[in-house]
Amino acid sequence: MSLTPDAVKKIAHLARLSLSEDDIALYSTQLSKILDFIEQMNQVDTTQIEPLAHPLDISQRLRPDVITEPNLRNKYQTIAPQVEAGLYLVPKVIEEAS
Amino acid sequence: MEWETVIGLEVHAQLATKTKIFSGASTQFGAEPNTQACAIDLGLPGVLPVLNKEVVEMAVKFGLGANAEIAPKSVFARKNYFYPDLPKGYQISQYELPIVGKGYLDVLLDNNETKRINITRAHLEEDAGKSLHEDFHGLSGIDLNRAGTPLLEIVSEPDMRSAKEAIAYLKTLHALVRYLEICDGNMQEGSFRCDANVSVRPKGSDKYGTRTELKNINSFRFIERAINYEVERQIQVLESGGSIKQETRLYDPDKNETRTMRSKEEANDYRYFPDPDLLPLIMDTNWIKQIKEKLPELPQQKRDRFISQYQLSAYDANILVSSKELAAYYENVVKASGEQAKLSANWVISELLGVLNKSNLDILESPITSQQLGKLISRIADDTISGKIAKTIFEALWNKEGEVDEIIEKRGLKQVSDTGAIEKMIDEIIAANPQQVADYRAGKEKLFGYFVGQAMKVSGGKLNPQQLNELLKKKLQG
Amino acid sequence: MQHKTVAELSRELTEKKISSVELTQFFLERIKHFDSTLNSFITVSEDYALTAAKDADAKRAQGKASPLTGIPIAHKDIFCTDGVKTTCGSKMLDNFIAPYNATVIQNLNDAGTVMLGKTNMDEFAMGSSNETSYYGPVKNPWQSDYVSGGSSGGSAASVAALLAPASTGTDTGGSIRQPAALCGITGLKPTYGRASRYGMIAFASSLDQAGLFAHTAEDVALLLNAMAGFDEKDSTSVNHPVPDYTAALNNNLKGLRIGLPKEYFNAGLNNEVAQTIQTAIREYEKLGAVIEEISLPNTALSVPVYYVIAPAECSSNLARYDGVRYGYRCVNPADLQDLYERSRSEGFGTEVKRRIMIGTYVLSAGYYDAYYLKAQKIRRLICNDFVNAFKKVDVILSPTTPTPAFKIGEKTSDPISMYLSDIYTIAANLAGLPGISIPVGFVNQLPIGMQLITNLFGEAKLLNVAHQYQTVTDWHKQSPRGF
Repeated sequence: MSLTPDAVKKIAHLARLSLSEDDIALYSTQLSKILDFIEQMNQVDTTQIEPLAHPLDISQRLRPDVITEPNLRNKYQTIAPQVEAGLYLVPKVIEEAS
Repeated sequence: MEWETVIGLEVHAQLATKTKIFSGASTQFGAEPNTQACAIDLGLPGVLPVLNKEVVEMAVKFGLGANAEIAPKSVFARKNYFYPDLPKGYQISQYELPIVGKGYLDVLLDNNETKRINITRAHLEEDAGKSLHEDFHGLSGIDLNRAGTPLLEIVSEPDMRSAKEAIAYLKTLHALVRYLEICDGNMQEGSFRCDANVSVRPKGSDKYGTRTELKNINSFRFIERAINYEVERQIQVLESGGSIKQETRLYDPDKNETRTMRSKEEANDYRYFPDPDLLPLIMDTNWIKQIKEKLPELPQQKRDRFISQYQLSAYDANILVSSKELAAYYENVVKASGEQAKLSANWVISELLGVLNKSNLDILESPITSQQLGKLISRIADDTISGKIAKTIFEALWNKEGEVDEIIEKRGLKQVSDTGAIEKMIDEIIAANPQQVADYRAGKEKLFGYFVGQAMKVSGGKLNPQQLNELLKKKLQG
Repeated sequence: MQHKTVAELSRELTEKKISSVELTQFFLERIKHFDSTLNSFITVSEDYALTAAKDADAKRAQGKASPLTGIPIAHKDIFCTDGVKTTCGSKMLDNFIAPYNATVIQNLNDAGTVMLGKTNMDEFAMGSSNETSYYGPVKNPWQSDYVSGGSSGGSAASVAALLAPASTGTDTGGSIRQPAALCGITGLKPTYGRASRYGMIAFASSLDQAGLFAHTAEDVALLLNAMAGFDEKDSTSVNHPVPDYTAALNNNLKGLRIGLPKEYFNAGLNNEVAQTIQTAIREYEKLGAVIEEISLPNTALSVPVYYVIAPAECSSNLARYDGVRYGYRCVNPADLQDLYERSRSEGFGTEVKRRIMIGTYVLSAGYYDAYYLKAQKIRRLICNDFVNAFKKVDVILSPTTPTPAFKIGEKTSDPISMYLSDIYTIAANLAGLPGISIPVGFVNQLPIGMQLITNLFGEAKLLNVAHQYQTVTDWHKQSPRGF
């Protein structure tokens, strides 16, 4: 599976990584090799097989609707890069979210 | 060219749990920024989600109330994208296997017809935080209190054919979630958010046109206007040979128009996959049964009961059941009035709701209690006062001047039903108005109203109308 | 003193032959003296350690001590430790002071252990050699120009070099067992769900598991008693009672059925390693075990399957590192996209970026079925292989790695060659099974490890089988020169 530099750029953008032109070339080669390696999976027929998401066959546990978390804003915000008036600051968000 | 409108609606209802869907932080509205964002809500390294039982119960209640399938197994999936109000860089949602499957709501339309609007699915997901765009030296401020609040996303089939139908559906849905007490339905606070998918197609066509999505409109009135505007816009574009671009649009209520949201770059690839930190949610049928047994009477059932039990019209019943509190108020009025169901309906709908709306009050804040209103109606029914006088008393009750009988007594508002007294009054009027009497007897039947008016004037409006009419007619005929 | 096991130190502390403060100072001195060349620690928490040691001594004075009270331990820098820097081996978290304790840290703290510091590791646990760490590679204490293994290289090397009597690690594809093998010590990965993942910085959520390093299986058993257990903050944590893992250590192995997967003993296996393992197998025969050949037919696919599932999960798990609420933020971001792109590109190393991109790709539109879903289907087949195997045998035995440690820098430009060093360990993570590696000899003066795998929640048996080997051999007592 060969990944073009363009494809690498798209993936990098989805993952919010910025790559130099050299990096793109390098990753293009390496990722293509890795994808080739992964192609081995096609050696086996899995048409009748159910996917396995978790090694254990257990279901989701439920917790009671009780407040257990106190307000620890000060503690959590001492490690923040930039806060003001209790808010996390980021470069201006222009669009509406989806 | 005749066009047909096609509307599908997506509603995000914030579930009224005490804590978040995946953490034990409080969901209370209006807290100081980031004081209700715990480690899990902040997406700190190493934290993990655990599912809130009450959230599941509320989703099931919805499913049962919407005549929908409850999935025996549902799976949480990650929706991956980057945004500052999304701390983990993904939203935990449900994708291929939602907790609620196909269902429907029977919606009463303006013309008293019922239309079945189908629901495709409803799934659970977590809400994101908020970005505040007030300037912080050119930066935006992020408040993550809301991050992790449970949402139920309810998706309808594109079954609606007009803005009015869409609003009727939304109101029905709104009433349902409030009845079930799973959502407070407060659109201003964002606990009931509606997105409309709107498209048009030539009438008779079975292919769907390109649709646009209208988002972030927080009142039913605006949604209706926005849809209507958008339909017109799309028709204009198509009729002038253009094509509809699939996009998200915002509604500007001041200009009454929809506008493209600043276009994003390429559409997001959300790379959905089952969240490995959560396990499949398996619904125990016994639990579902227990939840079903605890369900309150739902709007549709209550509406049907009101129609049959109180002999109300579908229209009136629909209004009265629009909120649980209003329905309860009405039934209390009926009881207090001595089972005067129709009269109570008229008074609640025509008189009370009008004043409440004008004063921006909710039924729970009504200065007139159901006991008082019921009493008032019983006094009409037992002929103590006339309907007209009752309106005066209603006003007095609103202004908290006292109880019904007190007011009647204090202001001497008892209507006169004494035949003798009325006859005497009529005799005096007849004596005082010989010309009109002659004209009336000569054939001018319209003058009857004049005499009624005179009688009311003289008596201060306190005559029992039926008796007045009877006796007046008799006397005028000579 | 440095050669004593946790069990022995526990007795010395109980008999008041030494205090916890003295013991802690002893190890802190050794770290100061030896670690600059080894590079196994990222943070040495001296004050923290001495405070905890004092508390331990006070508890002992009150008669409230338990077996692990006052035992020094090192923690892999992947576990959040309240008030102590937690870097995950990455520049991205170089400034991150964790505001809470991981559950397993809390469990071990509550049991009275004393944290010496946070150990070096491959960045975000991605690596098999501890060469991807922002803080530089960890040297193998047996030969310093060789790798210590990864991703828990620091935890393994520190115990091998006798700088700590025990340490914690995590294992997603072999990151405890492989460095244990390369460093000549004992390393256990418990069953998935046995120990809590809360506070353990996530790499691949359905594969990650916390575990332990020590010199002996007995020590691991003692520590596992404290570390394991149900945690309501972790949805994937299993509510199984924690037995006393030391209780079954001395069960005899007569009739124990040991399976040797034929696919593991093929051409890819270094000859000398194969011979060393054969020698070890004979010890088990002497102890009464019955050896038979089994087949794990989908073995070869475990590496490609892992390299779809792990990157996919990690690409999502690492999306939270965006410079907004904690961690590295680039200087003067021009706009939001610049904040994300530069913070992440400057904060993450090459291997991490590689895996994030693979993961993003295999989950992206149009590829999900071909890659992720396909990998999960093969995962089931791999699981089934083990289910079938355990119908015939009690324990599966294999080399832990196909070769001894390789030289630092030898495989860094060939990712796939690096990935293949996990070939024997990965399957156990895919199946959630417990696995242990114990030292069984040397090749070219570098340690060789042997792996034992058993069925879900079979840690007691695993430790028993490992312990019995350690009663008739002394590989586990050997230490590198110069420490």
